[in-house]
Amino acid sequence: MPAIQETVDQVSQIDVDQYKYGFVTDIESDRAPKGLSEDIVRFISAKKNEPDWMLEWRLDAYRRWLTMTEPTWSRVHYPKIDFDDLYYYSAPKSSPGPKSLDEVDPELLAMYEKLGIPLREREILAGVEGASDRRVAVDAVFDSVSVVTTFKEELKKAGVIFCAISEAIREYPEIVKKYLGSVVPVTDNYYATLNSAVFSDGSFVYIPEGVRCPMELSTYFRINERNTGQFERTLIIAEKGAHVSYLEGCTAPMRDENQLHAAVVELVALEDAEIKYSTVQNWYPGDKDGKGGIYNFVTKRGDCRGDRSKISWTQVETGSAITWKYPSCILRGDDSQGEFYSIAVSNGYQQVDSGTKMIHLGKNTKSRIISKGIAAGRSDNTYRGLVSAHRKASGARNFTNCDSLLIGDKCGAHTVPYIESKNASAVFEHEATTSKIADDQLFYCLQRGLSSEEAVALIVNGFVKDVIQQLPMEFAVEAQKLISISLEGSVG
Amino acid sequence: MLEIKNLHASIDGKEILRGVDLVVPTGEVHAIMGPNGSGKSTLSYVLSGRDGYDVTEGEIIFDGSDIVEMPAEERAAAGVFLAFQYPLEIPGVATMTFLKAALNAQRKARGEAELTTPDFIRRVKVASEKLNVSQEMLRRPLNVGFSGGEKKRNEILQMALLEPKLAILDETDSGLDIDALRVVSEGVNSLRSPERSMLVITHYQRLLDHIVPDKVHVMSAGRIVRTGGPELALELEAKGYADYAGEAA
Repeated sequence: MPAIQETVDQVSQIDVDQYKYGFVTDIESDRAPKGLSEDIVRFISAKKNEPDWMLEWRLDAYRRWLTMTEPTWSRVHYPKIDFDDLYYYSAPKSSPGPKSLDEVDPELLAMYEKLGIPLREREILAGVEGASDRRVAVDAVFDSVSVVTTFKEELKKAGVIFCAISEAIREYPEIVKKYLGSVVPVTDNYYATLNSAVFSDGSFVYIPEGVRCPMELSTYFRINERNTGQFERTLIIAEKGAHVSYLEGCTAPMRDENQLHAAVVELVALEDAEIKYSTVQNWYPGDKDGKGGIYNFVTKRGDCRGDRSKISWTQVETGSAITWKYPSCILRGDDSQGEFYSIAVSNGYQQVDSGTKMIHLGKNTKSRIISKGIAAGRSDNTYRGLVSAHRKASGARNFTNCDSLLIGDKCGAHTVPYIESKNASAVFEHEATTSKIADDQLFYCLQRGLSSEEAVALIVNGFVKDVIQQLPMEFAVEAQKLISISLEGSVG
Repeated sequence: MLEIKNLHASIDGKEILRGVDLVVPTGEVHAIMGPNGSGKSTLSYVLSGRDGYDVTEGEIIFDGSDIVEMPAEERAAAGVFLAFQYPLEIPGVATMTFLKAALNAQRKARGEAELTTPDFIRRVKVASEKLNVSQEMLRRPLNVGFSGGEKKRNEILQMALLEPKLAILDETDSGLDIDALRVVSEGVNSLRSPERSMLVITHYQRLLDHIVPDKVHVMSAGRIVRTGGPELALELEAKGYADYAGEAA
């Protein structure tokens, strides 16, 4: 059989059905009736014991959302979502606010174990001192409610607030009021507005002036409830001179129905502050025929509000049927810096439309974009990015590098860069390449004794090296493993 | 060691090998010469198990068993090594990383323990010094930006580390200047051993001045048409392949 034909056949046999983390946890849920209305918004707000101002904020968003229409400009195709056929609130029935592991639903812990999430945090959760040199605090968001919050005490000593956003709304209303919606306005886009109306929970981080967060903050998301839209809301504020590194990772169980996820993440960095936000996303991508899978419409934006501030996004995207995601930086402060490092892997029938926006407003602002897209199977992988310099952004600089790697010949890679400069002194550089794992490259590896899976993993890991290096150590190892798993079976 | 019997192979339905018979006893170095398109490179790919070639008839007996159905990576672990005419590049993967992955994959397949890093580094150091391969070169991504000579030295370095029972050298002299040819040939000669067979595929006689074969075979139109001693190569050099052109495809 000709080599190319064989590759084609093998690629078409990809078993994306064997989603490694596809199982369902049997935990009773407490959920709102299907559909969306003002009553549902009130129900969610009441469930969270929210103050009136928050309810009003949500209702305002809901009313605005009713006047908006779904955007269609991205390169993704999916059947129309019936927003009245979704559940907008679901909480696991677990005793609220466990103080230790013993109080956590064992099903939940068993699930994390199955996921192989580095919850060596078990020891850390139990508070064993010196369990590891680099400690990770986990605010596990299970469906919609934070069930475990660790290290709170130690973080508190440093003055760091790390809690569920629902708690922050009650406990720190002044900070929340000041910053919520200040980076991603309520009417920013269709999905962000929807999120503003119905967000169920998420994380809140506040790093006070001059504080370097003593540990990396980590949240694992998991969608578990049938037909439940997930609407996470995350808000991170780094005061003057503060530093924080935040890790977000997620997997989800196998489902037939498409599950909608529309998260909003807002980051605010004041003068000399630095925020590093890393994501590993591994939601269910759908089965081998492209059925099911998560629809992921996310709005992530960081505001370098203060001079010399810095925001860095690093993402490894391997899951979801549809990914629509553009973590962006507004470089408002003079000398502020934005970075975007991305690996997007698509296989089977996955569709990825992802990239970033670097908006240069301040003087001498700098941004850097490194994007690595890997497409296999029948997937489509699009990088969409905007780099813009406004009139006052003298001395703005950007470097963009977009590389695509194709495996097989039924997949697509697309690069859609938008570059706008209104300041003559701005310097923007853009580099892009597209390559293919060739049959002879694979044969070379096989001839040296590597299996085809080892060969693909080796070639792909070489391709993504520049981005992997940006990830925190424990995430880097996980991410490499995840990329290999995602591409299993993509060649014979 | 290697015994090829009436080997027929085709690609895309076109028959390239039309009944190759060849015996390479253990410890011997045989050369295969022939005009372009005679099937020399195809033979090297079929021996090493490249996808896309259909063996329609015949046997490849290696180390006592027929390997026709054996996947490429298993043949590699069993001791078949092919030095490529055009070694492939793998961006972002350090040469050292690739060497280690290959060596350990083969050891694993044979049920041997993986090498410890110090042990591995020691072996690479010994082998690379002989071939004039610098540490800097080992840190560079595999074959990326390597000169022709560097690529070929890197092939021989891999051969030295993987210690195959059968080494097939496909046009190893192509793209080499005379100095590089000498280094590569010395490397190959130092790997000659009573336990190792070699099949040196070349279009030109000059490589065989450096790597002197025990036997020379002439391939034409997918068959071995003549076999002789080293002097056969000189004859071909003088007369060219014109005598065999009639049989070419």
